[in-house]
Amino acid sequence: MRNLIILFLIFIVPTNALGLIEVDITRGNLNPLPIAVSPLSIDDESKKSFEKTLKKKDIGSEISKVIEKNLKTSGLFNPLDKNAFLQAPDIAHLKPRFEDWNLIKAQALITGKVKNVDDKLRVEFRLWDVLAGKEMMALAFTTVPNNWRRVGHIITDKVYERLTGEKGYFDTRIIYVAEEGPKTKRIKKLAIMDQDGANNKFLTLGNELVLTPRFNPTSQMVTYLSYFRNLPRVYLLDIETGIQEVVGDFPGMTFAPRFSPDGKKIIMSFAKDGNSDIYTMDLENRIVEKITNHPSIDTSPSYSPDGKFICFNSDRSGYQQIYVMKSDGSNVKRISFGNGLYGTPVWSPRGDLIAFTKLHKGKFYIGVMRTDGSGERLLTENFYQEAPSWSPNGRVLIFYRETKTNDKGEGFSAKLWSIDLTGYNERLVDTLTDASDPSWSSLLSN
Amino acid sequence: MKKLVIRNIDQGALMKLNKILKNTFLVLFACLVLSACATSKKSTGQMQGDVYTGTDTVEYLASGVPDRVFFATNESILTTASRETLRKQAAWLRKNSDITIVLEGHADERGTREYNLALGERRANAAKDYLMTYGISSNRISVLSYGKERPVDSGSNPLAWSKNRRSVTVKAN
Repeated sequence: MRNLIILFLIFIVPTNALGLIEVDITRGNLNPLPIAVSPLSIDDESKKSFEKTLKKKDIGSEISKVIEKNLKTSGLFNPLDKNAFLQAPDIAHLKPRFEDWNLIKAQALITGKVKNVDDKLRVEFRLWDVLAGKEMMALAFTTVPNNWRRVGHIITDKVYERLTGEKGYFDTRIIYVAEEGPKTKRIKKLAIMDQDGANNKFLTLGNELVLTPRFNPTSQMVTYLSYFRNLPRVYLLDIETGIQEVVGDFPGMTFAPRFSPDGKKIIMSFAKDGNSDIYTMDLENRIVEKITNHPSIDTSPSYSPDGKFICFNSDRSGYQQIYVMKSDGSNVKRISFGNGLYGTPVWSPRGDLIAFTKLHKGKFYIGVMRTDGSGERLLTENFYQEAPSWSPNGRVLIFYRETKTNDKGEGFSAKLWSIDLTGYNERLVDTLTDASDPSWSSLLSN
Repeated sequence: MKKLVIRNIDQGALMKLNKILKNTFLVLFACLVLSACATSKKSTGQMQGDVYTGTDTVEYLASGVPDRVFFATNESILTTASRETLRKQAAWLRKNSDITIVLEGHADERGTREYNLALGERRANAAKDYLMTYGISSNRISVLSYGKERPVDSGSNPLAWSKNRRSVTVKAN
C-alpha cells in the first residue's frame, strides 16, 4: 500500500518561516486555531470519472471532509463552517482573497485541486497563512483512486507538521479487539481500521479468544495472543497476506507480546509453574532469550525507542509496580512509587515518557511519568480503563474503557478513547462494535 | 459507591446484632434491623474478608466434590476452605485414576489484562501444587489461565468479583 503513493514536492516551502502562524501543542490547547478547509476543486470530467469508480459524487469535497474531521479531532484546530466561505474553491486555490478569509476569522486556509490523470488520482493542495497573506506550503500527490482517504490523511499530516513543528499521526491505523456478546461469554475478534474509524476490517472470525494485538513499528505485521485450541500463545500475523504462525515453542502460556523498535524481536511473558518471566525471540534466527528471572510475576514489557531499555510490570515488591531494566535484563530498577498499583507501562516513541495504568482506591487512571519515575501526571480517571498505546508522534494516547454494570450485571460496554498527552481533548473513538486493546501503527507513509 | 456505603452500615449492624443476640435481648429489634438490611446482608454472608464462601456458582465433579476454590484480591494463597475442597478433589482423582483435569485460573475485572493472565496462571498452579502434594501426578493436570476473560458473574461489585477470583477444576477426558 505504501508504495502506491508517489509524493512530489512541487513548490519549495518558504525557508523564512518567521512570523508565520504556529500552533503550540505543548500545552493544553484551549483556543484551537481557526482554519478554513476549502473543498478541493475538481473539473467536471474528473468528477464524473471518479464518481463512477469511487461512488462519491464529489471526491474533492470528500477529501476535504477527511481533512476537516482529522483537524477537529486533534483538538488543535477549529475547522470553520463551509457555508461562510466567500471564495469559490478553484479561484481560492490559485490566489486566495485573504480579506475574505480574514473576515470569517480564518487564520489558516487549505485549498486544493483534484484531477484524473491517466486514471490516477492527482491531488495538489496549498496551505496559506491568512494573516500574513502568504503561502506556507504546496504539495501534490498521485495515487490510485481508492487511496483517496489516505490522501486526506497525508495532507492533514503535512498541515499538522507545518503548523505544529511535529510529525502528524493521521495516516495511521489502529488494530484492536472487537467485542460482542454477554460479559461472561464475550466473543472477541481482531479488527483493524484507519485512525479515523474508516475502512474497518475484521481479521479473525471470533472462534477463539484473541487479546492484545500490537503493531510492528516497521512493517504490516502484528503480534497478539490467541487461545487457538485452548492453548494461549503469542502469534505473529501478516495483515497483508493473512498468514499467521505461533511465536516460539514454549511449553505453556505466552502472552503480553510487543515488538522491539527495529521490528526484529518479539518480547513477551512466558508463564510456567505459577511464575511469569520475560523472554525475547529473534524473528530471524528464532533464538529465545530469558530476560528476567524472578519468582514474581513479570509481564507487560515494552522497549525504549532506542532498544536499549525495557520497562515492565512486576509484583516483586508485593504489588504491581513499574520497573525499568537494560535490554539484557540487568540493572532492574523500580520507578513507580506513588500510591496504588501500576500496570501496562508503554515507552513513548519520543523516549522521554512512560504511559501507564494506575489503580488507586477503586479508580483506574491513565497517566504518564518520566522514565526515571519522576513527574507522574494522571490524565484521566474512570471506573475501569487501561492499556494506553501511543500515537507515533507521542502526542496522543489511545486506550480502552469499560463501564460498570448495574445490580443485575447489565450495561457492560467496552470502548476506545483517546486523550492528549496534556490531559485535554478526551474523545470517544468510534468503532462498529465494542472494542478494547487498541494499538496504534506507525505512520504508513513518511 | 452507594452499594459500598450500605455494606459498611450493614457490617456495623451485624456486629451490633451479634452482641444483642449474645445477650439474648431485643430479638425483635434485631429482626427489624435484619429485614431493613435484608438485601445487603446477602452479600456479606457469602464472603469472608473478600474471599467468596458461598455456593451459588459452585458445581460438583462428583457428589460432595466441589469443582472450584476462591481467592482474595491479588492473592493466590489457598484458604483453609480451598484446601479442604482440593483434598476432596484429590481423593476423587485417586479413586478415578483415568481422569485428567484442567485447572482454569481466573481473576476479577479489577486489574490490567496482562497481569491478570499471569495471576490466573499463578492461582491455578497453587491448586495444582496442592493436588500434587496429595499424590496426584502432574501429568494428569494441565493449567489454563483465562485472566479476567471469563467471569461467572457479570456484576461490578465486590461479591461478583469474589466469585470470579477462582480456580476451577474441569474434567479433561
